Amino acid sequence: MGRTKFIVGGVLILAAVVYLIFSATKANAEYFMTVDELKAKSTSMAGQDVRVSGAVVGDTIQYDANTLMLTFDVAQVPGDQKEVDAEGGLAAVLHAAVIDPNRARLQIIYNGPKPDLLKNEAQAIMTGHLDSSGVFHADELLLKCPTKYQEAVPNQVGG
Amino acid sequence: MVADFGYGVIVIAFVVALYSVGAAIYGERTKSANWVESARRAMLLLWPLISLSALSLIYLLVTNHFEVSFVYEVTSREMPTYLKVTAWWGGQAGSLVFWSWLMAAFASLVTLRKWDRDREFLPWVIVVTSITTAFFLSLVVFYENPFAEFWQGPDGKLITDAGGNAIKSIFAPMLNATLATPTDGNGLNPLLRHPGMIIHPPMLYLGFVSFVIPFAFAIAALITGRTDDRWIRITRRWTLIAWLFLSCGLVLGSRWAYDVLGWGGFWGWDPVEIAALMPWLTGTAFLHSVMIQEKRGLLKQWNMLLIILTYSLVIFGTFLTRTGVLSSVHAFAQSAIGPAFFAFIGVTFVVSVALLIYRWPDLRGETEMKSMLSREALFLLNNLLFISILVVCFWGVVFPLVSQLFTGQTVTVGPPFYQAATAPLFAVLMLLMGVAPLSAWGHSSLKTLGRAIWKSAVAALIITVILFFTYTNNPIALVGFFLVALVLLVTLQEFGRATFARVRAQNENIFVAFWRLVGRDRRRYGGYVIHISMMLMAVGILGINLFQVQTQGTVSTNNSLSLSGYTVKYDSVAQFPGPDGQQVTRAIVSVYQGKNYLGDLYPRIDYYPTEQQNMTIPGQRSTLKDDLYIILVDWQPAAANGATFKIFVNPLVNWLWIGAIIFLFGIIIAAWPDREVERIPAQMRSIHQADKQTDSRQASAAD
Repeated sequence: MGRTKFIVGGVLILAAVVYLIFSATKANAEYFMTVDELKAKSTSMAGQDVRVSGAVVGDTIQYDANTLMLTFDVAQVPGDQKEVDAEGGLAAVLHAAVIDPNRARLQIIYNGPKPDLLKNEAQAIMTGHLDSSGVFHADELLLKCPTKYQEAVPNQVGG
Repeated sequence: MVADFGYGVIVIAFVVALYSVGAAIYGERTKSANWVESARRAMLLLWPLISLSALSLIYLLVTNHFEVSFVYEVTSREMPTYLKVTAWWGGQAGSLVFWSWLMAAFASLVTLRKWDRDREFLPWVIVVTSITTAFFLSLVVFYENPFAEFWQGPDGKLITDAGGNAIKSIFAPMLNATLATPTDGNGLNPLLRHPGMIIHPPMLYLGFVSFVIPFAFAIAALITGRTDDRWIRITRRWTLIAWLFLSCGLVLGSRWAYDVLGWGGFWGWDPVEIAALMPWLTGTAFLHSVMIQEKRGLLKQWNMLLIILTYSLVIFGTFLTRTGVLSSVHAFAQSAIGPAFFAFIGVTFVVSVALLIYRWPDLRGETEMKSMLSREALFLLNNLLFISILVVCFWGVVFPLVSQLFTGQTVTVGPPFYQAATAPLFAVLMLLMGVAPLSAWGHSSLKTLGRAIWKSAVAALIITVILFFTYTNNPIALVGFFLVALVLLVTLQEFGRATFARVRAQNENIFVAFWRLVGRDRRRYGGYVIHISMMLMAVGILGINLFQVQTQGTVSTNNSLSLSGYTVKYDSVAQFPGPDGQQVTRAIVSVYQGKNYLGDLYPRIDYYPTEQQNMTIPGQRSTLKDDLYIILVDWQPAAANGATFKIFVNPLVNWLWIGAIIFLFGIIIAAWPDREVERIPAQMRSIHQADKQTDSRQASAAD
């Protein structure tokens, strides 16, 4: 009797937690894609919340401080860590992506203050959606700057 | 030269650590006290050795030895000396040395205690701590050497690998190679130059490392078969200290995010934050459930499982913060040590769980849990909730990897997922904090509980109704505030009831009674203080999450922006050099509430030319009611042309920090040393034993 009570209680808790996790996952899942993948699925992904990562192309950054309208392009970088490692690390991959004019690029529009880390060859991770003209409207913008911290090649070797 | 010395000493330390593992096992097997003593001395040698190596590293950092790649990566000439010292844990390779150094220090502290009646634990505690130290040292020796140097060939060119990356090595990669010294280093990321961020990693690491000690004793208990609660009693304070440091680390990290990252929040459910939260969750569950084992002799298997999980999560947490497996703003570091970490976590987890299964029958409960409302049952429920939150966190962190594996498509979940999934769990936890202190060990019924709680519940309801008419009609907020009020009232009532009982019984005055009450049962009343602090923090979290408002706009001088009753007037902007070589752009704004002038604020942007990076420091005005948080977004050199500000009003968030301080205070009360006493008399023990004999089948079922 005592035992059944606890088992039923335990099962109920487990069911509640499983339900919580799955409903929250379903409601909040975001596809994480590279620029190439997003372009390939642009029709099916239109309007859907997506996370996309790419290398910031420095020349394309435009910022209007009055309206806080920020636009820039990101270039395709591989999403797979193995590929990144094979190409010599994240910094090298980001650099290669930005200087290669044939890489797929995606235009980003973001409304808000320009982040301190937004600069050429930074890795940007945007959450938002693609509109019908292929422009990505970001609601959230995260940036990583690997070159400034680890894996850096010294550029000024002296004696 | 110094680099070679530092590396050499680390290699020696690694060998010594391995020796102490071997000697301890051999000594235990052959019952040779000499070998165990030799293992103990070897382990005591680790800390001085790693200290020597660390001193070499600090020397290299402080004296600008940029030929050492680690020094090049994390320091630059213009950094002040104290930042060069703290750069020790600013990058991956150095922080691994730092971890080993702390581990060796704590292991030494443990072995210096009196071992009289716990001598059988000693060799196994040495084995576990030395293996852990040896693992981190092996990462330094074989993968991430902070003493590796840059080299150039006879032609004066930097020696690189095929991919064009500089070769970093302690030995010359080819004949005739000489050291290559860059003229200046990369410098520490300015975002990490905040005092909170300088103390935050050591705090987290102290918390991580202290949890290894209770784990070591748990494993010792499993191996030796001495599975009573002795190991828990020995390590109770270590667990609390671990919890204190880990909590401190989490709070400092949040404060850093709030002060420096300038998005107006303090917790972003970033994988790295979650990595630090996960061992905190299992550690908190563990702290609660060991009390059940001490008082009732129940949940022994569960406690073992919790401490094993905590240890694995500690290593996993170190791994997450130190490698780039998951996308995260924090993950500055990327390297090849991932497989080593996974192998180590996997092996230690499997071995620990195997030991647990081996001892499973010895760890049966001494009594049976009977009533669903008894205190032990509510503690068990509390544990299940903490583990559920852990599962949510773990799911969120690994979901991208899982979805990648099964669908080939990476799908991530963000902060809304964590909020939606954890909020109900936190709410039930809060309710438990209100109910559990009123329930009795062994047995409680709805009737006894109801009688104890109804006054507080009615009062909390009245407060909620008042808040509904005066403050908010947000249902989530109202549920939250009701629970906060309930827990606060119940806890204060508990303090009051017990204090007045003493006043009457001992004829003491109220302050003396209160003081002695808390002093007599520090763990319980420290715990209650922690519960109160949690409620204050909950107020802050509800406030910033549910009521935050923001606006942004560009204004010219003497014009203003308004938000939520505040008016912010832009006065001027000035540029000047800062103390760390940065260029400071500082705006002056005056803040009004209605017509009342409240004072000036100075939001600023610091530009670090070496790193080519901006750092945005908000102007903040904190009150108990709300925080005004102003970010200077952009500006024109001529002040009249205008500057752009983003303004947040974060209601009640200050309660979060007030709660955090009371929280730390509560842990100190609970952890304050007192004489070690056996709380359960021998006689009662034997009754439990007898129980166990007759009811062993049922008892095991009840587990």
